[in-house]
Amino acid sequence: MFSNRMFNLLVPIISVLLGLIAGAIIMLSFGYNPIDGYIALWNGAFGSPYFFGETIRQVTPYILTGLAIAFAFKTGLFNIGAEGQVIVGWLAAVWIGTTVDAPMFIHLPLALIAAAVAGGLWGFIPGLLKAKLGVHEVIITIMMNYIALYVSNGIIRDVLTDSKDSTDTIKESAALSANWIMELTSYSRLHYGIIVALAAAVFMWFLLEKTTTGYELRSVGLNKHASEYAGMSVSKNIILAMVISGGFAGLAGAMEGLGTFGYMPTHSAFTNIGFDGIAVALLGGNNAFGVILAALLFGVLKIGALNMPTVAGVPSELVEIVIALIIFFVGSSYIIRWALLRLKKEGN
Amino acid sequence: MENHVIEMLNIRKEFPGIVANDNITIQLKKGEIHALLGENGAGKSTLMNVLFGLYQPEKGEIKVKGKKVNITDPNVANDLGIGMVHQHFMLVDTFTVTQNIILGHEPKKFGFIDLKKAEKEVADLSERYGLKVDPYAKIRDISVGMQQRVEILKTLYRGAEVLILDEPTAVLTPQEIEELIKILKSLVNEGISIILITHKLKEIMEVCDRCTVIRKGQGIGTVNVAETSTDELASLMVGREVSFTTEKQDANPGKTVLSVKDLRVKDNRKVEMVKGLNLDVKAGEIVGIAGVDGNGQSELIEAITGLKSIESGSIFLNDKEITNLSPRKVTQSGVSHIPQDRHKFGLVLDFPIGENMVLQSYYQKPFSKNGILSFNNIYDKAKRLIEEYDVRTPSEYTKARALSGGNQQKAIIAREVDRSPDLIIAAQPTRGLDVGAIEFIHKKLIEERDKGRAVLLISFELDEVMNVSDRIAVMFDGNIIANVLPQETNEQELGLLMAGSNQAKEGAQ
Ligand SMILES: Nc1ncnc2c1ncn2[C@@H]1O[C@H](COP(=O)(O)OP(=O)(O)OP(=O)(O)O)[C@@H](O)[C@H]1O
Ligand SMILES: [Mg+2]
Repeated sequence: MFSNRMFNLLVPIISVLLGLIAGAIIMLSFGYNPIDGYIALWNGAFGSPYFFGETIRQVTPYILTGLAIAFAFKTGLFNIGAEGQVIVGWLAAVWIGTTVDAPMFIHLPLALIAAAVAGGLWGFIPGLLKAKLGVHEVIITIMMNYIALYVSNGIIRDVLTDSKDSTDTIKESAALSANWIMELTSYSRLHYGIIVALAAAVFMWFLLEKTTTGYELRSVGLNKHASEYAGMSVSKNIILAMVISGGFAGLAGAMEGLGTFGYMPTHSAFTNIGFDGIAVALLGGNNAFGVILAALLFGVLKIGALNMPTVAGVPSELVEIVIALIIFFVGSSYIIRWALLRLKKEGN
Repeated sequence: MENHVIEMLNIRKEFPGIVANDNITIQLKKGEIHALLGENGAGKSTLMNVLFGLYQPEKGEIKVKGKKVNITDPNVANDLGIGMVHQHFMLVDTFTVTQNIILGHEPKKFGFIDLKKAEKEVADLSERYGLKVDPYAKIRDISVGMQQRVEILKTLYRGAEVLILDEPTAVLTPQEIEELIKILKSLVNEGISIILITHKLKEIMEVCDRCTVIRKGQGIGTVNVAETSTDELASLMVGREVSFTTEKQDANPGKTVLSVKDLRVKDNRKVEMVKGLNLDVKAGEIVGIAGVDGNGQSELIEAITGLKSIESGSIFLNDKEITNLSPRKVTQSGVSHIPQDRHKFGLVLDFPIGENMVLQSYYQKPFSKNGILSFNNIYDKAKRLIEEYDVRTPSEYTKARALSGGNQQKAIIAREVDRSPDLIIAAQPTRGLDVGAIEFIHKKLIEERDKGRAVLLISFELDEVMNVSDRIAVMFDGNIIANVLPQETNEQELGLLMAGSNQAKEGAQ
């Protein structure tokens, strides 16, 4: 009845539907009209050029952190450190964006590369420790997140500025934002970054599926022993995977620094872009194309939610609950898989 | 009417692109050991998975004690008293024997697991059937043979009256096989009925009462073992005559290809396993290493292939030193390796079989150009190897995991032999293969020898060592303690040598 491919598609779709239904039930039980709520959500994401622009803007970093996590997963690694990699990427991009003087065709790529390199370096350290000493990457990446957060705050305050809580705005030549896009979307903060994100998705797909390097990365992710037997260097591939994964997350930081904000404020807490990337990757089945769709969904929920309190009176906390429920159902996709298999058996 | 505990009647099971079972009937009498025989990929495991509730048949019916049943999942099978020990074990490494056995069926006391009681029950069961299993040992600390007994105990603990054993002897040493056979006989005496899958016809002749043969998914029939012979069984299963002794010309050894000098290797626990070993293999000869498992064979292979670094000594290939080179460098200098553990080392199970065929050569032309893979060339190559080596698979895009055990092995052998290396290291190359495939592999190895390649064969199977080798090196306690010629020795003498009886005489260190 279902082929394997259909199956992989059905499971996330059903997860999302179940999450939405559960969300509706919760809205109902708190006395809100779920239909109004969801209409407000939809309009809040797509109802006007402004909302649409904001949604796509939100989707941009989600794609990149989703790719970061998915890429690591494909190589058998759990990169919880995307959060920290986002922060250092953001900082590096803004640093280059504020201090360097160069024409745009040099300055902007330079800032993007700086972000990717910074994120990559933040991934390199746990990768190295894992490869050489066998330290679990989850522990190190969590610690690296805190280091990133506090070090970047310190640098913003004491190096880039004089005890201010935000950097200067980046120079025009490093900005991803463009006037014509802003005008087109009623002054949303949409920027060119979405092109970077989509290109990154294509890059990930191509690298993993079409290249020799990708073959090694996948092989190491699936079976370390066989990979070693076949002459691949397991440590090299672990490190490489963490660096590339960190690079994606670093670029996500650049989207914020060069696109959305144009500067970097000190953060009192994590941005959550990196952590949300875990859910995006999971929902997207760790597949580049799936990640784009999942990021779109998360962006829609995040931005659309802003409209729910004003239009339908539903508190935005509820939307957080709906998102949490969707993640829950994706996480328990085992149950959905099992139920589908049951159905399949009875179908025969 | 006969007393059948299990009847599987006209079973049909399809997978995408393949009919794995087509109209197969097997009837198991109470208290018998019933062999299930068929080539690699004939559909034996599939048929047993149907009985165990892992697969649902498209057609046919299953009766337990004469009553029609619908075995929708393994729990139903358990409740019906059917237990299965799979071709590849399913145990939790870090749990103890008892914890593994009770998993899912924990005895409870005040809502807590009553481990004491379980341990006692396991000890009792083990005693009763002569299994000699230590209930407190961790799985990762016990031998493969012991792990298998744990799997058997697990089914008994759950009240199995019918035991399905999928190729239990493929992973065992000859000594362990003898012990297993004793266990099976004592189980039957206690009224348990057994379905035994094996490729070893001698075992069928020794322990089984009847034998059902399937060929390419078709049921061929059931014969009484007392009224048949290994020759008849083999031709029933393959559909043609099979020769058991391998025809070969005398070897014509040339220059030394592999030379191992004073090699010392420690295992992962830092225990010295290879203790100053010397070994030469010449071009155009097959040297067989005979020995009981655990006498340093694995460490020797891993040292040569670069998977393990050595303590001291040196290894030369064609007079070039390859000591402590990386596996990639060793491969490039002309060594192929058919690994003993095919799932751990030989294959990436979730890669298509085609991608597995280039596991060591993916980065070379024509499979990769400027870092980009050329899937056309990869799959062309895979297709050719699959045909040449008769790997039975729906297509070259099928995941390696979906192939039958024997066909996975054939795929590895195809890949390794095809690289035309100077030295082929074959560790247990025919483990889990059917007689036809074994004949084929032996022929291939001899063919490679005749092309002037050096072959190092490691096998626990005396038959194989005797049949294929031109020279036999007996390995005991980390050393080669004797070199003998197959035509000048016999199984008995080899057996004694393998037990180390030559050690004092030769004065080996
Ligand atoms: N899960 C699966 N999906 C697709 N095809 C499968 C699957 N399991 C088995 N097959 C195919 O069904 C056929 C029968 O396989 P099976 O494992 O039953 O063989 P077998 O007789 O046990 O062989 P062996 O002696 O090598 O273990 C093979 O062609 C195999 O490729
Ligand atoms: Mg099988």
